[in-house]
Amino acid sequence: MKLVKAIIKPFKLEEVKEALSEVGVEGMTVTEVKGFGRQKGHTEIYRGSEYTVDFLPKVMIDVAVSDDIVAKTVEAIKNAAKTGKIGDGKIFVVPVEEAIRIRTDESGEGAI
Amino acid sequence: MKKLIRHKLWKWLSLGLLLSIPSIVQGQDAVEIVEAVTEAVEEAAPVISGADAKFIVDNLWILIAAALVFIMHLGFATVESGLTRSKNTVNVLFKNVFVICMGPLTYALWGFNAMYPGEFNGFFAAGSMIPNATDFGDFTGNMTSAYADYTAWSDFIFQAMFAATAATIVSGAVAERIKLGSFMIGATLLVMFAYPITGSWEWGGDSGWLNKLETPFVDFAGSSLVHAFGGFAALAAVILLGPRKGKYLPGGRVKPILGHSMPLATIGVFLLFLGWFGFNGGSVLSADPALVSLVFVTTGMAAAAGGLATMCTSWIVLKKPDLSMSLNGILAGLVGITAGADSMGPWSAVLVGAIAGVLVVAAIIFFDKIKIDDPVGAISVHGVCGIWGTLAVGIFGGGSLLSQAIGTVSISAFAFVSSFIIFFIIKMVLGIRVSEEEEFGGLDIGEHGQEAYPDFQTSTNG
Repeated sequence: MKLVKAIIKPFKLEEVKEALSEVGVEGMTVTEVKGFGRQKGHTEIYRGSEYTVDFLPKVMIDVAVSDDIVAKTVEAIKNAAKTGKIGDGKIFVVPVEEAIRIRTDESGEGAI
Repeated sequence: MKKLIRHKLWKWLSLGLLLSIPSIVQGQDAVEIVEAVTEAVEEAAPVISGADAKFIVDNLWILIAAALVFIMHLGFATVESGLTRSKNTVNVLFKNVFVICMGPLTYALWGFNAMYPGEFNGFFAAGSMIPNATDFGDFTGNMTSAYADYTAWSDFIFQAMFAATAATIVSGAVAERIKLGSFMIGATLLVMFAYPITGSWEWGGDSGWLNKLETPFVDFAGSSLVHAFGGFAALAAVILLGPRKGKYLPGGRVKPILGHSMPLATIGVFLLFLGWFGFNGGSVLSADPALVSLVFVTTGMAAAAGGLATMCTSWIVLKKPDLSMSLNGILAGLVGITAGADSMGPWSAVLVGAIAGVLVVAAIIFFDKIKIDDPVGAISVHGVCGIWGTLAVGIFGGGSLLSQAIGTVSISAFAFVSSFIIFFIIKMVLGIRVSEEEEFGGLDIGEHGQEAYPDFQTSTNG
């Protein structure tokens, strides 16, 4: 089991969700986050004074998947979230020790 | 009146005739019936003289105008809360609610009679309570045209709505850091005692010293008496108060503190724009068709020109079309035309408004340079453009530039000095500024123990 964490542009969420459904992902957790990478935010102007917005709004998706579809999941997110412009985001894949479905006590891959 | 009725009936009559052309014979009967009705209506109609009708319309217009000026307070409340942070919204709104309650009451207790004394020494008159009577005291003419083109009650309520405006201007400039109690005391003293003094200099009667200048000072609806007064009273308070924490960084950098709701600020400016038709239009002090309609045109044109000028200036100078500045630009045009709305043509008004719109951008940037922190731009809009509008009467409105300068400088100086003294004493006795901890946490929790948006997560904006 792996946890795929993807940080993407907020307006790409819908497309990424569609793409993930197509590869068989049945659930996900979405969090509104802020952060910066090499882009280092951008400047805005208010009443004559410029200022830097360091932390840009992004969306983070957490998807737990079985090992056999990890590659397909990553590929789906990558294709759907890509604009080719700076700030498209990152994908992290981390191992998951255990998964438990609270309602039924199922555990392991069956609980995903 | 008779003429009017007959004129209308003829209209109906001709319409009836047109419709009944195919059966013109029955039409003849209809004519007879209508004529009979006309006679009956004319006999039953109450006799209202032309002078009575004029008085009724004039008085009604002043009352409508008073209600429009009242709406401006909602405009101020929304502009000020929109241009400040969400953690201070309850506090900003509370101050506005307080001002609209305190203004008319103190004006009834002291201000009205201090501002309109009639015969006085020209500089200062003592105030007194308005009477607790249904006919405004013992002069029987108070409710008739012997008083003016309106009743004494209309006079009072219209001017009372004006008076509260002066304090509201201060409220925006000192937002997000002034102690609530200190503001309430300072604003009350300003509106009750200081505002009527400068007001009486021109509006208090022929003996007011500004009316005795060689060419009398002219301030039609209060570019100086209301707006520059409020703006310079605000400047004094802001100097004593200091800037908001985190606004001016070491090395001369300015870190803007963003207002939390541009929609609120925009609604507020539209409401102020609407209310200003009453503020200026009502200041004709009658429903004089020629003057009131001219004032509506000059007021609207100056506001439009002010907004457009600021849009262009901010786009060219700051490289971006700045919404909050453009909103200030509309207000700048309105403040600018207030002194001369009845004394110039529409294109002069456009010029006055446009210059105000450019001035306001320069003023906002200038005040930020010298670290005068004014979250809503009240000092630039009301103070700077109030002076400009007053001077403009000397250029476009047939007034004397020298008299205008003497008037606006003395009114602004009096407002600044009296506000400085009031808030200095308050600062010494009670303190004027909330603690740093409270400022960071927001005055909503600190002063009121309440939140404006309990269901929303607060942002990290300052």
